[in-house]
Amino acid sequence: MKTATELNAKSIPKMPASKRKKFSWDMFSSVATLIPSLILLGVFVYGFIGWTTYVSFSQWNSLIPNFNSAGFLNYSIIFSSYRFQSDLRNIVVFTAFFIIACLIVGLFLALLIDQKIKAEGFFRSIFLFPMAISFVVTGVVWSWILNPSTGVNLILKAFGWKSLPSWFLSTTIWPNWPFGQIQIGIPVALLAVLIAAVWQMSGFAMAVYLAGLRGISDEIKEAARIDGSGVFRMFFSIILPQLRGTTTTIIIILTAASLKIFGLIYAMTGPGQQFLTDMPSLNMFQTTFQGDQFAQGAAIAIVLLLMIAIFIVPYLIVTLRQGDDA
Amino acid sequence: MKRNRLIALSSAALLTLTMAGSALPAFAAAPAKSDLQIFSWWTGVASSKALKSLMTIYEHQYKGSTVTNDAVAGGAGSNAKAVLAGRMEAGNPPGTFQVHAGGGSLLSWVQAGDMKPLNALYKSEGWYKVFPRSLLNLMTFNGKIYGVPVDMQRANVLWYNPTIFKKYHLTAPKTFPQFFHDAAVLKSHGITPLELANHGNWEATLLFSDVLLGTVGPVKYDQLLTGHASWNIPGVKAAANTFVRMLGYANKDYTALHWQQADQAVAQGKAAMNVMGDWAQGYFSTALHLKPGVGFGWAATPQTHGVFGAVSDVFGLPSKLKNDTPTINFLKVLGSKVGQDTFNPLKGTFSPRLDSNMAKYNAYSRSAMMSYKRDRLVLIIGQGAVNPGFTNNFNNAMEIFVSNHNVNNFVSAIVSAAQSNPLS
Repeated sequence: MKTATELNAKSIPKMPASKRKKFSWDMFSSVATLIPSLILLGVFVYGFIGWTTYVSFSQWNSLIPNFNSAGFLNYSIIFSSYRFQSDLRNIVVFTAFFIIACLIVGLFLALLIDQKIKAEGFFRSIFLFPMAISFVVTGVVWSWILNPSTGVNLILKAFGWKSLPSWFLSTTIWPNWPFGQIQIGIPVALLAVLIAAVWQMSGFAMAVYLAGLRGISDEIKEAARIDGSGVFRMFFSIILPQLRGTTTTIIIILTAASLKIFGLIYAMTGPGQQFLTDMPSLNMFQTTFQGDQFAQGAAIAIVLLLMIAIFIVPYLIVTLRQGDDA
Repeated sequence: MKRNRLIALSSAALLTLTMAGSALPAFAAAPAKSDLQIFSWWTGVASSKALKSLMTIYEHQYKGSTVTNDAVAGGAGSNAKAVLAGRMEAGNPPGTFQVHAGGGSLLSWVQAGDMKPLNALYKSEGWYKVFPRSLLNLMTFNGKIYGVPVDMQRANVLWYNPTIFKKYHLTAPKTFPQFFHDAAVLKSHGITPLELANHGNWEATLLFSDVLLGTVGPVKYDQLLTGHASWNIPGVKAAANTFVRMLGYANKDYTALHWQQADQAVAQGKAAMNVMGDWAQGYFSTALHLKPGVGFGWAATPQTHGVFGAVSDVFGLPSKLKNDTPTINFLKVLGSKVGQDTFNPLKGTFSPRLDSNMAKYNAYSRSAMMSYKRDRLVLIIGQGAVNPGFTNNFNNAMEIFVSNHNVNNFVSAIVSAAQSNPLS
């Protein structure tokens, strides 16, 4: 309380009606408004990033803190482990498929809703609702649906399917190229998790696309129509190029969500057989809090952070530059 | 402008308040409303009821003192462990906390200097006589004892469906050859011989521990777990091969199942056998209302007769407490005959005291108590036996082994796990 009243007392009586004084009060108020969140961010985000980095170079791999430098040992341990190599393969495959599927499904739904249909609000809500559900709930429900012996397979069986898919229990990797300790390819088990993830997040892509579609001016569309362009020409030459900014936004936000994914995997499949559905976040949690290997857990966290930064930083630079231009 | 000023003032005020607040000890420490916080992962119906009964006895014996239940749900204790590590690190330990007896987390806390020895308490309460030496050895490091055991569970139990076994004239397998004989008969009749659930991955580790114990025997097994024998010995490989052969008789959807589902399949006659700790007994009798010996049968896992795979929850005295008295008083209740004979029947476990009242327990528990009092105790990997780093690496190796069946890779993964996380 003390600081605020003191500063306040100082600034008020001395304030003449000059322009400069008014400016400084504005400065003060904006700085004072920002300081608490700056301090909180500084400590709880950037401070802890620094701390985690420090720990990742230490020898703290039991309950007894040991901050002697380990150099890059923890990094070399995790990169040479079967589990982390699988994690990297999985996260790349998962993120790529997740984003492509969300974009296609989201755009398709947005286009359907944008046809001036009846009860638009109703359908919009229906497609958006999965996003309101927690990833844990989605994971549990889909693990029941896709359980090979009790779930959707019973329906397929009733329709006379002979070779039923084993969904997230599959151990197939396609195309299965050996690399390091692992096989490179698309783990089929991961596709089952993707179904759940896309089900949940494509509504988000739809909502953003819908806003983008509404932003395209009718004049351009009208002009194209007068020039005689058909539905497909209109979509690929007019609408799609106009949605480029929207697509970038969706990609960035979904990438961040995808790289951090934890709850869905934890609830639905766990690490999976041969770590076919494991993710760096899950590995980090188990290494740190079940194995007490804090330094190795920190190293995984830092690698994960760098991966996210690769996607986020260029986006931030572009957005900030646009902000300056405006 | 006026609004700006208001926001600026209030946020500056908030800031000073927080800074002043964090300097005051009352804000920094957790709210000290009660005398004693008990930290556990007992959030299930039976276990939280059992814990509550202990708290009631304590509050009755020590009038005016209060207890809070600081249980953390989920992840078979892994979430609780994460929270506990944070609190210990911050110098704000709970009054006492749940941990498994053995060279796992308990030893880690002791080595980190976070625990006080309880030898004086054992002496004053006469506990050296009422708990078997073999159990106390699992909590004694350098002659100092660090925990009070409250329950006892057995982890080398083979559960089977008596109706199926009678129908095909089988007996519970005592050896691995008998197991494979039974399994072949069952398979030929279209019954899954061995039901495995491995959603959490510790289940396969438990099964492997029992196979290893049955293969190398308790002496060698103990040496492996305490770092006195190399994991390169032929017995480990032989156990891994037997394990793979057993998986050939198991269901294929084990990754999707929780242990209760596996035991349910046995109870319903879809499968014949399951290997699980005797917490399964609580599930059979309480959730499925089956009679011990009629609705479900049990035996020691193959070649482990005369050995008791012990999983015991113990509570200790954290060293950074401001006041030890409430914790010590609670530990007295926890170790007492009346406390344990109230707690254990509710939880479905049995009392580790040699003088406990056998009449309070069902047929299964009585037979387990006989084995406990007579047999050699060993610990089980993944149940607090060995340090968390080794256990985590072991579980990771198991996650791969259980589906690719590559014995050589598995053994070399464990050997290197033991090198990077020394067991002795």
